[in-house]
Amino acid sequence: MSDPILTVEGVETDIAQYHILKGVDLQVPRGQVTMLLGRNGVGKTTTLRTIMGLWRNKAGRIGFDGRDLNKMPIADRCRAGIGFVPEDMGIFAALTVEENMTLAALSGPLDPARKDWLFATFPPLRTFWKSPAGTLSGGQKQMLSIARAMAEARSLYLIDEPTKGLAPAIVSTMVRALRELKAQGASILMVEQNFAVAKALGDRAVVMDDGRAIWSGAMAELAADPALQERLMGLSMEAH
Amino acid sequence: MSDAPEHSPTFARVSLARRLDRAAPYLLVPVLVLLGYMAIGVPSSWLTLTVSGLAMGMMIFIMASGLTLVFGLMDIINFGHGAFISIGAFMGVSVLFWLPGWTQAASLPLNVAAISLAILAAMLLTGAVSWVFERVIVRPVYGSHLKQILITVGALIVLEELIVVVWGGEEIFLSRPEMLQGAITFADAALERYRILAVVVGLLIFAALRLVLQRTKIGLIVRAGVQNAEMVEALGYRLKLVFIGVFVAGSALAGLGGVMWALYEQVITAGMGEGMMILIFIVVIIGGLGSVEGAFIGALLVGLLQNYVAFLEPKLALVSNIALMTAILMWRPQGMMPVMKGH
Repeated sequence: MSDPILTVEGVETDIAQYHILKGVDLQVPRGQVTMLLGRNGVGKTTTLRTIMGLWRNKAGRIGFDGRDLNKMPIADRCRAGIGFVPEDMGIFAALTVEENMTLAALSGPLDPARKDWLFATFPPLRTFWKSPAGTLSGGQKQMLSIARAMAEARSLYLIDEPTKGLAPAIVSTMVRALRELKAQGASILMVEQNFAVAKALGDRAVVMDDGRAIWSGAMAELAADPALQERLMGLSMEAH
Repeated sequence: MSDAPEHSPTFARVSLARRLDRAAPYLLVPVLVLLGYMAIGVPSSWLTLTVSGLAMGMMIFIMASGLTLVFGLMDIINFGHGAFISIGAFMGVSVLFWLPGWTQAASLPLNVAAISLAILAAMLLTGAVSWVFERVIVRPVYGSHLKQILITVGALIVLEELIVVVWGGEEIFLSRPEMLQGAITFADAALERYRILAVVVGLLIFAALRLVLQRTKIGLIVRAGVQNAEMVEALGYRLKLVFIGVFVAGSALAGLGGVMWALYEQVITAGMGEGMMILIFIVVIIGGLGSVEGAFIGALLVGLLQNYVAFLEPKLALVSNIALMTAILMWRPQGMMPVMKGH
């Protein structure tokens, strides 16, 4: 694989007394969407949080765009160019939508052209711009969470289950937005349980099991092979 | 996959009951003032007690505002906060003693200038002490409430003893500056000049805090950090630096409150801050942890209730604030205006 933007080598992470990641190796190619797949509880979310620095890895190395992230504080990882959308969306409920977005614009006021693009991509944000984020619906909160990560251009986005629990029409909006993000040159590492979404967006896939990456390859190859899905994930994802 | 339809939602009418529920904390102060008027019956006495209660409430708010932010943002239970009140009071009173020409002059500008210098010195000293306090005492015990309580209580005792070493163990009595002594008469009510000044200072501090928290980026970071510190870090802000800033600013406000309280009581002791901590914790708890507005309303309620009850039934004055806290927590267990955590 040529010029990966993110390289994770032998990463191990403990949470309290639990040994969650047992040596994860994966790469995210520049400008592509890599889907992180696997059954529940195999360490996908922990992998994203470890890359972001929210959990500290006790072994292994995380390299991003030529830099070693191991000792880098969380905030500096964002400033280095990593956008993060957590599984719980991380919305500041008591702040307005506008304040959530203002906070995400690190280098000053939100760029008007980018704001217009985000409004066009996620129309409810314009409607509820002055409303507390806590009053939004689940889908609108997810739009805000993703829009917030996109408030300024980042070179890598870590996105954790952005379509979980959303209506199909909202899922389509998300897919369209993420495609546009990719078209702008961003790289994405995304945890996704909805195989249709993974198939629609992913260029590559990494499958995890028991705290390790057990397979990586082209998304199309995995999507075309129900037997491989069955072997890697214990079920045929075509059913989803 | 089809695209999501364009959203054009309309805003629903909010019911009167829901609006009242939201506004209820703001209504408590005027309701209490009205009840006080009905119970006292004599307008001049009621006015005197109300101004006195507001002044007391404002000073408690100044002392409590920093603690509630430290609670909310850093999840730190800091019993050492009382020491900053005492240190501020001793430093401020020392400055006033160094400026007898200013404090004894029959000139309001000179008197206010003396108090301003005293406040400035108190805030600088408490800010500096709290910076060291955060690094040495608080930082090693992030995440453990039991350790925080034990070590900050210990630090409170040590700091009080250091005050005794520097300033001596005796009570120090002081007089208010010349133009702030005595009272003015308004509508047959005697209103102490100093209490009016305390109300003005309290309002200015509240307005300044509101301005910083609501209108500046650093305020936005603090408000977001109170809700979800991890996510603020993930958005690129080094919250540890903000923590230290809030801790130092909150402690400096305690020092300011210490000077104001010293001039209110006209006597200072090393343990005066410790003595205030019960009222301050009541205010922080009933206001809702992390809420400056809640602390403001809570402090006014505490100040007014204490003054009204002390006049009507002195024996009940001591328990009135505990009763207030119990009633408010039965109504809203998280306090009047709790900060929403997470999403």
